[in-house]
Amino acid sequence: MKIVYQNIHLPNSHTLAVYEANGGYQAVLKAFELGSDEVIEEVKRSGIRGRGGAGFPAGLKWSFIPKNDPRPKYLTCNADEGEPGTCKDRDIIRYDPHRLIEGMIICGYAVGIQQGYIYIRGEFYRETERLQAAIDEAYAKGYLGENIFGRGSRFHLAIHRGGGAYVCGEETGLIESIEGKKGQPRLKPPFPANIGLYGCPTVINNVETLASVPTIIERGGAWYGALGVAKSSGTKVFSVSGHVNKPGNYEVELGIPLKTLLEEHAGGVRGGWSNLKGVIPGGSSSPILPAEICATITMDYDSMAKAGTMLGSGAVIVIDKSVCIVRAVARLSRFYRHESCGQCTPCREGTGWLSQIMTRMEAGQGTHEDIDLLLEICANIGGKTICALGDAAAGPVLGAIRAFREEFIYHVEHGRCMAG
Amino acid sequence: MNERSTISTGVTPRFSEEALRQIETIFKRYPAERRQSAVMPILHLAQREFGGWLSRESLDYVAELVAMPPIRVYEVATFYTMYNLKPVGRYHVQACTNISCWLCGSDQVMDSLKRKLKLSVGETSEDKRFTLAEVECLGACVNAPMMQINDDYYENLTADKVAEIIDRLP
Repeated sequence: MKIVYQNIHLPNSHTLAVYEANGGYQAVLKAFELGSDEVIEEVKRSGIRGRGGAGFPAGLKWSFIPKNDPRPKYLTCNADEGEPGTCKDRDIIRYDPHRLIEGMIICGYAVGIQQGYIYIRGEFYRETERLQAAIDEAYAKGYLGENIFGRGSRFHLAIHRGGGAYVCGEETGLIESIEGKKGQPRLKPPFPANIGLYGCPTVINNVETLASVPTIIERGGAWYGALGVAKSSGTKVFSVSGHVNKPGNYEVELGIPLKTLLEEHAGGVRGGWSNLKGVIPGGSSSPILPAEICATITMDYDSMAKAGTMLGSGAVIVIDKSVCIVRAVARLSRFYRHESCGQCTPCREGTGWLSQIMTRMEAGQGTHEDIDLLLEICANIGGKTICALGDAAAGPVLGAIRAFREEFIYHVEHGRCMAG
Repeated sequence: MNERSTISTGVTPRFSEEALRQIETIFKRYPAERRQSAVMPILHLAQREFGGWLSRESLDYVAELVAMPPIRVYEVATFYTMYNLKPVGRYHVQACTNISCWLCGSDQVMDSLKRKLKLSVGETSEDKRFTLAEVECLGACVNAPMMQINDDYYENLTADKVAEIIDRLP
């Protein structure tokens, strides 16, 4: 079942003509017939949870926006796509941008929003060109602007390009960035639903979430909700990278066994299933799962949480037995150190320490005490910062020590990698 | 966190008429009283117009256009790594070495780039043709390893392929 990727293999799928020839911009007309409250109900009924990483129910998020509030309201689409391993939104943007635009128009109508922004990572220059061309087409057709679909109501859409800061994928960092500031996340509460962009009520959704909305409206929330499994309804795009024979973005129903995703969709683990060491299942922040758990686990929010990791952005990073886990984690720790925005001491200092200790561990200069020290630093970061970047930095370290502690010990005792 | 500082050239740049028209459309994307929101797009534009990087004077000029205190513009420019605060070559070669690319051979890609360009990471060639940079994940992980040269992505790289790509640049 393909929803957000249903058209991406068609020639010229990025154009308005192809989108409309395949039923595009019909869902928004249906939304107008349903009425705004019923649109929100349909999205709630679908059970769709935020596809960016946090997994918060999208319909609920929309319903938190205060009604009869005199302030303007904003919709911001998170297209920052920065979580290492994740590249699913890029294909929606470059191959089916109108699906995203239609989703945003529907959200704008349902929630009473007249201005939307798409915050796209700055490096996606060509993708930005594609998206801007689609927005221009939608304006020319009267689907965006002062009098959308001839209904006398207004919805404007603009792109805001980021500048290469991972932390701007965090929703309040993103808001700060649109406001023309450093992307340092805000304390919550207040939540963006009340005080978001320019101090006004703001909905923030991921690209994949918004691109799912036209189909939810077209087919109905109940139809969408029947896909997938309980509490993880619908489809999800998994970006499968690393040691598989066919890396790629695969849209499948949630609840699919990880082994099926890898073996039947991604061409199998390089060198066969027995060569699998572990999988980072939901982007670089999610703790790694060792091969024995990968054999049985299913890809849904609850199963992942139960296994002590998360579905996150759906970036499935496959690691075979040739890889030294200590070196892999050292690389990730360097990333988080680089991307910490610096405002919270536990994260700013903690990511620095994690990176330093992981680097010396990798170089064969670690001690047994360092392993416990790493765990202690993680404990001192987790839950003690304004945003989740600190927890994200701790995730890979905690996961690796939990699943592969013997490799850390081997590094300490032999001064080199166990593998590779 | 990164420590980045600005460099003064003593020369104040000026936007072209065409760029100034673009800036007017940038301001229109945001509420009239929120001109500061335009600072990032205008910095991006300034970098394209002023030779691929932003001097202290370029930042001051943007501050004036956006009516922001210069220090606020310095904060933004130093926070976001895509703003180059020192000169870069005509081709800014940025290779990703993060997890997915590393698993798929970014070490070999980086070695090949270093050999081919005769540069270390962070260096610019004497003829100002190339700057070599190591970057964090650019979001093309299923086609790893990858690199970006100016506005374009190059994916599914191998050591040989990157050498060819460099040779083919105009």
